Amino acid sequence: MQVPDAKAIEVTDLTVAYRETPVLWDIDLDVPPGVLLAIVGPNGAGKTTLIKAILGLVRPAAGNVLIYNKPYDAQRRIVGYVPQRGSVDWDFPTNVLDVVMMGRYGALGWIKRPGKQDRELAMQALEKVGMEKYTNRQISQLSGGQQQRVFLARALVQDATVYLMDEPFQGVDATTERAIVTLLQELRENGKTVVVVHHDLQTVTDYFDWVTFLNIRRIASGPVDDTFTPENLRETYGGRIAFMKNR
Amino acid sequence: MIQDHLDIILIAIVTASACALPGVFLVLRRMTLMSDAISHAILPGIVLAFFLTHNISSPLLILAAAATGVLTVVFVELLQKTKLVKEDAAIGLVFPALFSIGVILISRFASNVHLDTDAVLLGELAYARFNRLEIFGYDIGPISFSVMGGMLLLNLAFILIFYKELKLATFDASLAATLGFAPTLIHYGLMTLVSMTTVGAFDAVGSILVVALIAGPPATAYLMTDSLARMLILSVIIGCVNAVSGYLLAYPFGVSIAGTIATVTFLVFGLIFLIVPNRGLIAIARRHIRQKWEFAQTMLVIHLFNHEGLPEAHEESEIAHLHEHLQWEPTFATRVVKQALNNRYVSQEATQLMLTDRGRSIAQRALVQ
Repeated sequence: MQVPDAKAIEVTDLTVAYRETPVLWDIDLDVPPGVLLAIVGPNGAGKTTLIKAILGLVRPAAGNVLIYNKPYDAQRRIVGYVPQRGSVDWDFPTNVLDVVMMGRYGALGWIKRPGKQDRELAMQALEKVGMEKYTNRQISQLSGGQQQRVFLARALVQDATVYLMDEPFQGVDATTERAIVTLLQELRENGKTVVVVHHDLQTVTDYFDWVTFLNIRRIASGPVDDTFTPENLRETYGGRIAFMKNR
Repeated sequence: MIQDHLDIILIAIVTASACALPGVFLVLRRMTLMSDAISHAILPGIVLAFFLTHNISSPLLILAAAATGVLTVVFVELLQKTKLVKEDAAIGLVFPALFSIGVILISRFASNVHLDTDAVLLGELAYARFNRLEIFGYDIGPISFSVMGGMLLLNLAFILIFYKELKLATFDASLAATLGFAPTLIHYGLMTLVSMTTVGAFDAVGSILVVALIAGPPATAYLMTDSLARMLILSVIIGCVNAVSGYLLAYPFGVSIAGTIATVTFLVFGLIFLIVPNRGLIAIARRHIRQKWEFAQTMLVIHLFNHEGLPEAHEESEIAHLHEHLQWEPTFATRVVKQALNNRYVSQEATQLMLTDRGRSIAQRALVQ
């Protein structure tokens, strides 16, 4: 199959179900390279599940996912993942630098230990997220925003082409939110593709250039300018949406 | 006589070290209860292997036990996956079922051989040295020592080789999976080692107290350090200290060695729990007390600050009346005033308290926050 310009992520007919209850129904989604995309939808819409299905963490009942025309297993080196901050135990006995170095493990492969170069890359990533002063800080002593920055740094050292992030703005302060947005936009400017599960509808138009509306089904997906419309919002959130920001 | 003690102490040291190493990962994965389940559920595996070999110290027993141990984990996780049963209930269902099969098999077919339930439940370190290993007619020490020494080397090798993978899979299993590190494989590898270690430790400490060796030292070390590598080393040291001191305490009183080791394990944990800097109970209590007095002083300076320069200031800063305004116990108020004077937050002029510059800035800072 010849594809003139490859899609960064191509999801076709993806259905994920827990037992017979569908969490995602027949999702088709094309993500072009170099976009900063927000996945929005109400609670229980399947946003996290979609990310996990793209990463092969949940097994689909039907359908297929391709990253630059190949299955995930062949492309894991070019995909970076930022899980929800609450998905790990922050009391784990380790420090900031060590967590960031975990992002290098994929490049190292089995058994090989991280070395001086990995340490330097981790330091650079920490500088990018403004956490270079916390290198040896025990991770349980970090604030929510700092934890999120550490997770971002860990994804940055993967030096991926495609990034998938699950609610990176969850529970962070305004300063961290701004820092993260700047970072995401920088990634896009460097030709990376960034997919973000996002909750705050107010900021979609400011932060992102693409948006996907999801509520078990894919409601709409495309550039923010034509896709972030009252109709799509209403269809995704039903009557529960109380505001609409006019551009 | 010295040789006897030395044999027992060596067995205690290798057993404690071999148990503490995988125990660290069980504690961090919140799976210590699983080690308890495994230590019981492997009984039918041991019994069946014993029927095949008629030899209580056959290596086949360890392999059969390891297989049953892994089966326990599989059963528990299968039950859990149905979402009809929670993890603790699943563990509570699976291990008594398997354990009772072992008990029934023993009572029906093996009541006349040396495989009694007491030995399995409690073990006996003092007797472990009587089963000795001979190669070409030379006595090379108790079998227990070789078995647990072997397990120690195996556990150590596994952790040294897969340190990075174990750490990642324990801290963030989904990242491990996305990077291709097969966390399920690592999980079952660890569970296999836990099962093998547990059955190896049977001879020395039995199936109940082995949990004390697996969970106790890592839980103690967890309080003392912020580094995984240090936690592993500390766990081994604490495990050895517990085991050796437990034996040395038990011997003169002629009481159960395993029981004393487990008691020492708990006492050492309790001691560390109390005295460890920063997060120990004593440190926390001291911090609370200090914060209580600091907060009281802040309340005092804010009170003075709020009324400073106002007509009622004279009345509000009267030392003798402070406790009435603030609704404090008079003795408490006296003490807070004394501390505030010592810290130069306030100065005394006749019967009045006046804010110093320092006290004023503290009040301002507290109010801004």
